[in-house]
Amino acid sequence: MYNFNYHQAKSVDEAAKLVSGVEEGKVMAGGMTLIPTLKQRLAKPSDVVDLGKIAELKGIKKEGNAIVIGAMTRHFDVANSDIVKSAIPGLASLAGHIGDPAVRNRGTIGGSIANNDPAADYPSGVLALNATIITNKRKIAADDFFKGLFETALEPNELITAVSFPIPEKSAYMKFPNPASRYAIVGVYVAKTGANVRVGVTGAGPVAFRHKEMEAALTKSFTPDAIKDIKQKQDGLNADIHASAEYRAHLVNVMARRAVTACG
Amino acid sequence: MATVTITVNGKPETREVENRTLLVQFLREHLGLTGTHVGCDTSQCGACVVEIDGYSAKSCTMLATQVNGSKVTTIEGLAKGDELHPMQAAFREHHGLQCGFCTPGMVMSAVDLLRVNPKPDERQIREWLEGNICRCTGYHNIVKAIAACAESTAKA
Repeated sequence: MYNFNYHQAKSVDEAAKLVSGVEEGKVMAGGMTLIPTLKQRLAKPSDVVDLGKIAELKGIKKEGNAIVIGAMTRHFDVANSDIVKSAIPGLASLAGHIGDPAVRNRGTIGGSIANNDPAADYPSGVLALNATIITNKRKIAADDFFKGLFETALEPNELITAVSFPIPEKSAYMKFPNPASRYAIVGVYVAKTGANVRVGVTGAGPVAFRHKEMEAALTKSFTPDAIKDIKQKQDGLNADIHASAEYRAHLVNVMARRAVTACG
Repeated sequence: MATVTITVNGKPETREVENRTLLVQFLREHLGLTGTHVGCDTSQCGACVVEIDGYSAKSCTMLATQVNGSKVTTIEGLAKGDELHPMQAAFREHHGLQCGFCTPGMVMSAVDLLRVNPKPDERQIREWLEGNICRCTGYHNIVKAIAACAESTAKA
């Protein structure tokens, strides 16, 4: 690992100032992706700004008809929160199956979403639940947030402070995990609110996306059978040693049907 | 460079470290606590698991500076003198190890499991160990040891 200057920010404002006032600043949330990246010398920031001690970024609360989760809330806390488990059990389950227990004790929702790994679990839930990403500058709709491979709508000194999830009528997440890393080879989050159905897919392509054709079919009939003949196109899907594009395309349909079934 | 003070196994330890010093390096190289192992060095194998402020974490994927001011317990901090921690005793009793390399991390993870879930079933034990890899035992006796420890602790 190359050496770097290390800063522990005490507030969001301080973190934003610190990261923009240096040569190449990098914000660190739980560090579950950043530290392995640094260890492999895939990144060489001049300065690392640690958000770990900013209390205002942690916590889960119900605000009106939404669950608002602070950016530095750990996966463990989301998975075990009574508020999340009763309002959006699908989201609690998603958080409880990220990585392994020790990783869930450090990894955070804000870090996961800001990093936007193509195989991360959270982006599918953020899209399907039509969440709003709240930053130190503005509010960003889920549909406008995930731009491409590891690319988001965040500006260089813009930090996620919280994510607001409207409470759906029912929702569920199903993933086919890589057996070693537990990253999603394909993960599908299905959420139903009244007549409105949204389907978020992660792991399959370079960036999480909504499956509009499945959404339309599920809006008409919310059953696994309604989408069984909807084939995902292979074009543009990820292909690597873990799964071919053809296999991933197949899994999108299988995981989507399982998620609809799990919605009950 | 940074000066960090970390309370390790109940004792405050202050050292000068580089900003890039990993917690596991701090424990092994600065304090000489070599019970915490580095297996994969990529946060997958779990040989480096320690407890930080009450939660298990992989010390190969944390900076010492991140933990400044925290309380850390390593495998060396579990036993009380010559008296093994119940989880260590259960691993010995049920032969939950062969070469022993993964054992410190296994024991630390298992202790954290019983904190979160004092009466886990077999499936919950196996799922909890997703982040701890053992290449000798086939896990069977590790699972048995943890189940036995849970049972004896619940009775006590």
